[in-house]
Amino acid sequence: MNPRPVSRPALYWAAMLPGGSGLALMLFLPAHFFVLSRAIDGEAALADTLSWTDHPIVRLAEAVLIFLFAVHIFGGLRVLALELLPWRDGQKTFAAAAIAGAILAAGLLIVTG
Amino acid sequence: MTGRAYALQRLSALVLIPLALIHLGLTLYAFHDGLTAAEILSRTRGSMFWGLFYSLFILAIGLHGTIGLQTILRESLKLSRKAAGMAAGIAGLLLIIAGLYAVAAVLLP
Amino acid sequence: MANDKTLNVEVWRGAEDGRFESFEVPARDSQTVLDVVSHIQRHLDETLTYRFACRVGMCGSCAMTVNGRPRWTCRTHVSRVARNGRLTIAPLRNLPVIKDLACDMTPFFDKWQQARAVFDPSTTRDDPVAAITPDSPKRREASAAIECINCAVCYAACDSVTWNPDYLGPAALNRAWTLVNDQRDADQRARRAAIMSDAGCGNCHSHQSCTELCPNELNPTRSIAGLKRLAMKNLFGGEPS
Repeated sequence: MNPRPVSRPALYWAAMLPGGSGLALMLFLPAHFFVLSRAIDGEAALADTLSWTDHPIVRLAEAVLIFLFAVHIFGGLRVLALELLPWRDGQKTFAAAAIAGAILAAGLLIVTG
Repeated sequence: MTGRAYALQRLSALVLIPLALIHLGLTLYAFHDGLTAAEILSRTRGSMFWGLFYSLFILAIGLHGTIGLQTILRESLKLSRKAAGMAAGIAGLLLIIAGLYAVAAVLLP
Repeated sequence: MANDKTLNVEVWRGAEDGRFESFEVPARDSQTVLDVVSHIQRHLDETLTYRFACRVGMCGSCAMTVNGRPRWTCRTHVSRVARNGRLTIAPLRNLPVIKDLACDMTPFFDKWQQARAVFDPSTTRDDPVAAITPDSPKRREASAAIECINCAVCYAACDSVTWNPDYLGPAALNRAWTLVNDQRDADQRARRAAIMSDAGCGNCHSHQSCTELCPNELNPTRSIAGLKRLAMKNLFGGEPS
């Protein structure tokens, strides 16, 4: 147990986003695949499943999936730009923009989807 | 993470960007136009293109997620490289199997 | 109790399994954290162990953790970091504690060697001086990162080092980057192996604490990004140039 305090600046949290959302996605995706694999029993089964997808819990799960995906891809794009493109200063601005972009995209997708 | 693992992780990320965006676009299109299960399946069943597309998608996710998970296990749970590799490898393999199973479900006639 | 005239200072005492001890130090104008530590050792507790040398912000010897962040204490004004007249001072993170505020820098320098962040000459004194254009892209990259004086602030700031104690760290990799860009150097192959090893550049998550805190305003994140690009090229069989 280390009692010595450690600071956690903003870019620390920005770096956590692709990792945290990635982990959550790996936990979530099997459920997502399951819904699709129900189709292996035939179209009727898929139709049943899809009306099941009108169920609020499933809708919520899919919304969470889209949100996680948006956070993951925007956070990841920021990392790729940071590492593979020539260096640009203002990395905190990039991080903020990535987070804002993810929230905006996720919100749009969930509302219109 | 070795330089090679790092590069594979980033490479799989680059591959996933267009695949994931296309998948997302398709999903939104399907839901927006209110496609029924039958209509979705009529487009995917027997399609070589979509079979390859989604197989590549699943494999890239498997690779990308496995390497990422291994890193997280090593850093947070302090697992050894071998132990983390095994655990992540198993998780990734299960994900790939489940994913390909789902792909087969919508692909095979 | 802290007021306008005194500071409440928590100082780490002992080794890894030590504890914080409280001191009250008179507050003065333009006081630096090093002034505070020195006052404690000279007037309050002579057994306090700490390190310093130039005390004018050039040598990097006085690096310690101040309120959670590694800094040069001689260049840290109390007025900028004290919260409600309180200060917490500890030794640098990620390095073994010898006693109180003095840490053991050996692992830091060991990793320097491990990363092959050492110039390996390819010519002798009898050969003509190498013609290096300062404007060449490689030389500019090297020059931008060259002013490191091994103070270990970046190493102490690095979360990736905390999470993987084998990680070579920002300072060693930053220097390695300057040498990768040095056309005179003959050790590129061994250096490349070290950089791409499991302890190498893949560990960096670009938190950029190193860049934010480097007292010489260097950018190890940028240097390590350069090394990462090499890793990508290597994947496709690109040879070190």
